[in-house]
Amino acid sequence: MATRIVGCDVGGTFTDLILLETGGDGAPGSGSGRDAVRTRTRIAKVPTTLDNQAFGVLRALEAADAAPETLDALVHGTTTTTNALLERKLARTGLITTRGFRDVLELGRRTRPSSYGLKGGFTPLIPRELRLEVAERMDADGGVVIPLDEAAVRAAAEQLAAAGCQALVIHFLHAYKNPAHERRAMEIARDVWPNAYVTAGHQVLSEYREYERGVTATVNAAVQPILERYIARLVAELSGRGYRHDLLVMQGNGGVVSGRIVAESAVNTVMSGPASGVMAAAYTGAAAGHPNLVTFDMGGTSCDVGLIKDGVPQVSNELEIEYAMPVHVPMVDVHTIGAGGGSIAAIDEGGLLRVGPESAGATPGPICYGRGGEAPTITDANLVLGRLDAQALLAVDNPVGIEDVRAAIATRLGAPLGLSWEEAAGAILRIANDKMAGAVRMVSLSRGHDPRDFALFPFGGAGPLHAAAIARELGIPSLLVPARPGITNALGCVVADVRHDYVQTINEPLDKVDMDLVHRTLADQIAAGRETIAREGVSVEDIRIVHGADMQFVGQSHLLSVPLAEAGVDRGTLQDAFEWVYWERFEVALPEIKANLVNLHTAVIGKRPAVDLSNLIDEERAADLDGARLGRRSVWFEGEGWVDTPRYARGKLAAGFEIEGPAIVEQLDTTVLIEPGMRAVVDVLGNLEIRIEARTGRG
Amino acid sequence: MAEAKDMADETAIDPVTLTVIQNGLAQVCNEMDLAFCRAAFSPVISEAMDRSDGIYAAGDGALIAQGDLGLPVFVGTMQYGTQAVIERVTDPRPDDVVICNDPYLGGTHLMDVRFYRPFFYRGELFCWLANTGHWPDTGGMVPGGFSARATEVEQEGLRLPPVKLFKQGELDPEILAIIQSNIRISEQRIGDIKAQAAALKIGDKRLTALLDRYGAETVKAAIAQLRARSSQLMRAKIATIPDGTYEGEAFVDSDGVVDEPLRIAMRITVAGEEMTFDMSESSPPCRGPMNSVIATTRSSVYLAMKHIFPDVPLNAGTYEPLHIVDPRGTFLYAEYPRPVSGCAAEVSQRIAEAVFAALTKAIPDQLFAAPAGSSGNFALGGHDPVKGRSYVMYVISGGGYGGYAEGDGLTNGCSTIGISKSQPVEVLEQYFPVLFHEYALHEGSGGAGASRGGFGLNYALSVRRGEARASMVMDHGRTGPQGVLGGKDGGPNRVRVDFADGKSHAPAHLSKDQDIAIGPGDVVRVSTPGGGGYGAPFARDPAKVAADVARGYYSAEEAAALFGVALDEGGVVDAAATARLRGT
Repeated sequence: MATRIVGCDVGGTFTDLILLETGGDGAPGSGSGRDAVRTRTRIAKVPTTLDNQAFGVLRALEAADAAPETLDALVHGTTTTTNALLERKLARTGLITTRGFRDVLELGRRTRPSSYGLKGGFTPLIPRELRLEVAERMDADGGVVIPLDEAAVRAAAEQLAAAGCQALVIHFLHAYKNPAHERRAMEIARDVWPNAYVTAGHQVLSEYREYERGVTATVNAAVQPILERYIARLVAELSGRGYRHDLLVMQGNGGVVSGRIVAESAVNTVMSGPASGVMAAAYTGAAAGHPNLVTFDMGGTSCDVGLIKDGVPQVSNELEIEYAMPVHVPMVDVHTIGAGGGSIAAIDEGGLLRVGPESAGATPGPICYGRGGEAPTITDANLVLGRLDAQALLAVDNPVGIEDVRAAIATRLGAPLGLSWEEAAGAILRIANDKMAGAVRMVSLSRGHDPRDFALFPFGGAGPLHAAAIARELGIPSLLVPARPGITNALGCVVADVRHDYVQTINEPLDKVDMDLVHRTLADQIAAGRETIAREGVSVEDIRIVHGADMQFVGQSHLLSVPLAEAGVDRGTLQDAFEWVYWERFEVALPEIKANLVNLHTAVIGKRPAVDLSNLIDEERAADLDGARLGRRSVWFEGEGWVDTPRYARGKLAAGFEIEGPAIVEQLDTTVLIEPGMRAVVDVLGNLEIRIEARTGRG
Repeated sequence: MAEAKDMADETAIDPVTLTVIQNGLAQVCNEMDLAFCRAAFSPVISEAMDRSDGIYAAGDGALIAQGDLGLPVFVGTMQYGTQAVIERVTDPRPDDVVICNDPYLGGTHLMDVRFYRPFFYRGELFCWLANTGHWPDTGGMVPGGFSARATEVEQEGLRLPPVKLFKQGELDPEILAIIQSNIRISEQRIGDIKAQAAALKIGDKRLTALLDRYGAETVKAAIAQLRARSSQLMRAKIATIPDGTYEGEAFVDSDGVVDEPLRIAMRITVAGEEMTFDMSESSPPCRGPMNSVIATTRSSVYLAMKHIFPDVPLNAGTYEPLHIVDPRGTFLYAEYPRPVSGCAAEVSQRIAEAVFAALTKAIPDQLFAAPAGSSGNFALGGHDPVKGRSYVMYVISGGGYGGYAEGDGLTNGCSTIGISKSQPVEVLEQYFPVLFHEYALHEGSGGAGASRGGFGLNYALSVRRGEARASMVMDHGRTGPQGVLGGKDGGPNRVRVDFADGKSHAPAHLSKDQDIAIGPGDVVRVSTPGGGGYGAPFARDPAKVAADVARGYYSAEEAAALFGVALDEGGVVDAAATARLRGT
């Protein structure tokens, strides 16, 4: 029988869906009579429905002809929680906390929005009048200093419920060390709370630092009702259409969780979009023999850069979603900068060309969209330089000619810089590429990785257009352009495993740590993960355990994450592993100073069945390269000027085809640019592997 | 820089390459900053980010580029420090690292220890890489170096002239031994020394790569042109300020020794595209540690201007149109052996406040009322009988920022000259035998205004066991941060110790004191300043005042007295009574 799996990712503008069908003969495609065991693929792209993303999901299913009753699995990436957070459309939430500390959420860590400038600020997630205090206090060793005032907890919960709070946070000092008071307070509060939305800080994050843990717990509480309502509606709609399996939901750690329990740790779904893209890259890279990748996702307003080493995406539990919003649960570590297709190019008062971070967005958008945009953008530069197809891009309803775009670039940028319009457009791209290369450098070189050991994995609408120049700038030897760059996040949903992460603070010098406690903690984390996977009832083929330790030298405050091979790790191995990681990062050895064990982590990963990626572009292949050619177009390359460049249809390219640059490869979701001197090969999975010739830079 | 200017004329660089090289130089600095703070041991460097990294000209130390992640107070000092090193270290070799913390040689206070690495490219000295990091201790009469009572620099700690700590890559064990014999908690300093030197080495690698890519001549020419363009950018900003002379002032509570306020008299003259800052009417040199060395005085003016125009990139050109008259004969031009520990942390912020106060009269829409402007340094040194060890705990704290045309000031923002985060209570309690009783918003401290100031912080703590001594160097105890355009001043800084026997102690100098003996059961209480208010308080939207009262920021009585807003028993604005109070 055929197995049909759907990944559906909701983005800011589009909801993307991919349907993979393996085995059987009921192909979802147009039935061309090809090999029946081959995986069949269908994709859909529909506008995102902002107020309730479920409508977009249902429309995407219809568009892909993926009737819910025929599906074996549906994996969903949603921005419901991320958007709720960024737009502050949160559930009214109350806080019960240790007496003397209700303002922790408002005071933060004495920061300001940027190094220079003394304006701006932030609004705390819970207003002061909904933050109540009760008598209780633990010390740093977990000893009770002041017993919990149970009557005060009850009274506070009743007061907050009466004030219309939908969700409740209980956050006590040092609860990561001894959660007894938080546990008891939860029991009492649950008694009087009108629903199940009660979050205790230690449950979400058993890590020290009261502000960060408090904000993380608050985020969980404030998005919980919103996520649960959304998932419940979507599940009801799907069930009504005959879907019989669990809905799986993508998390920020790159793993999925059953829709049945996703709301318990709702905070884990924040930033799941960028995570799923990186997971797809890791999966694709592993299949294509590229375990080391830098991912480069460029869209309309920003680009996200991530790093995959030995097939494993880098995960961080110290990310800040925006100013004063630390969310310290483990998340795939993605570095975002404000450069995207819509980024505006302008001349500053010192006479220098700047690109971004201001973006024209979707409205008014780049000039060429014809929606009233007047400022040249990266997309406009790509258009006039022949990199994008003018026919496909120029507005139809409010026609803007390519001459108008050229003229705008010439007058606004070219004239003041003393450059022709071509040169000015080329300059926009050069500065944008340079800036994005800087972001790639920050996640690779700055963290001790040599870019020459990696391949660049571009995706998103604009990634494959800029990747060649960025790789060239950094000496990255090759690009791996996936078959479907525009729906990478949806693919990430399909390939992701079930994953649950646990963090526990220890914070003792390594030579004094009770190793039994270490072993017990790791064993407890494994047990918790296994129990959760059993409870959510998702079928997994195998369970994989990954341990890590956050360490530092005694006296330091920053942490380095050290991978641990096994739960039974001994003291000497921990010390050696840390010293090695420290050397790799800083090239500093400090035999004089002792190591400190700060946190222990465990990821419990339930492996889902492998997915066959060999036919993501489900089209009739051409017999040879000529059969894939679409024609030619004049394209401008830096240092070369205008070059007559062949264009190819991505869907017609078969495994083994080789393309010499310059060339343009077009597909519905993106355009791939192959620069002169580069050579691309189509692999058996339909990826384009582009080798970068070492062209010397200008200078 | 005459040499560089000639170069600029010889090689014209296209503006695109210029931008690319500018970004490249900035990234070299940012990478040094990141490597330094992540590898450092001193929490003042790693958490408080009290450090800075940059690139300086081979000839005169002029600033080429400095990281945006560095502590603002160092924006102007490091080029003077580099200049002093260039004059004294005449035989720089590859892989040398020069150490220096002399305040009078282009520095701040002794705790800011500077490393300088000559950068050679293909055998030639191309420029200097340098960084500054605040060490937790450099010896002296009190742990941490912030003695409120020092009267000469020798009491403040070990003073190192420029000497080669690393000679062609090798750490000199003799110099290291001298340093380690003169400072507290010396065993961890080796970690900071290695981190500080490693950051410069990373800078060396990245800068070499940049030069390999673009060529030394191109980069050299680009540096000269970038300098000219930054100057142009700053000039364009100054041109938007109406010509004229604007005066502002600010007061340091006292110097810690003599209980009298120190006045900063700022007279700014704007003429076309240039500005002159004259502080020569300020108070004379003081006995206590609130003197400022000239490098810090200049830097304080620069950082104030950078706060007003944050998007001007940092290099020597940025400062060209800013002329600072040497304030000789005042406490802002400290000469040996005047004590200076308070200059970087407190006096610098008062200088910035005086700049803000003056320019509020010129461009009020772009300015803001005064921020709390104190680093809130508090040190507790003692012995933990259970762990059998001595300790020194530092607490830095924030305060409210001033209101501005578009909004209220930030609550608990970091110091004007800093970008540092405070340590979590959970971390402090883990390392030190202390217990915090509260960490709360300083109610009522935001200066009233159409846009009110942000609020300061209240904290209270006790030692749990053993004896300890408390010292502090703070400011704004005498008067709160200034309100502007009719706005009220923010609430002042307060310190009080409530002893277990029922007695209380408040420092005679309000915000500065030293060696207060503390035992279990005693409670130290600190309230930090709120920001100044902006615009007339009666112009504030009554609905906002009602919300402030609902949040407990102000009492209903304060709402009536300060803002002229009357609320009914449910906290709703009583429009008629409000009109009566406001006389409208």
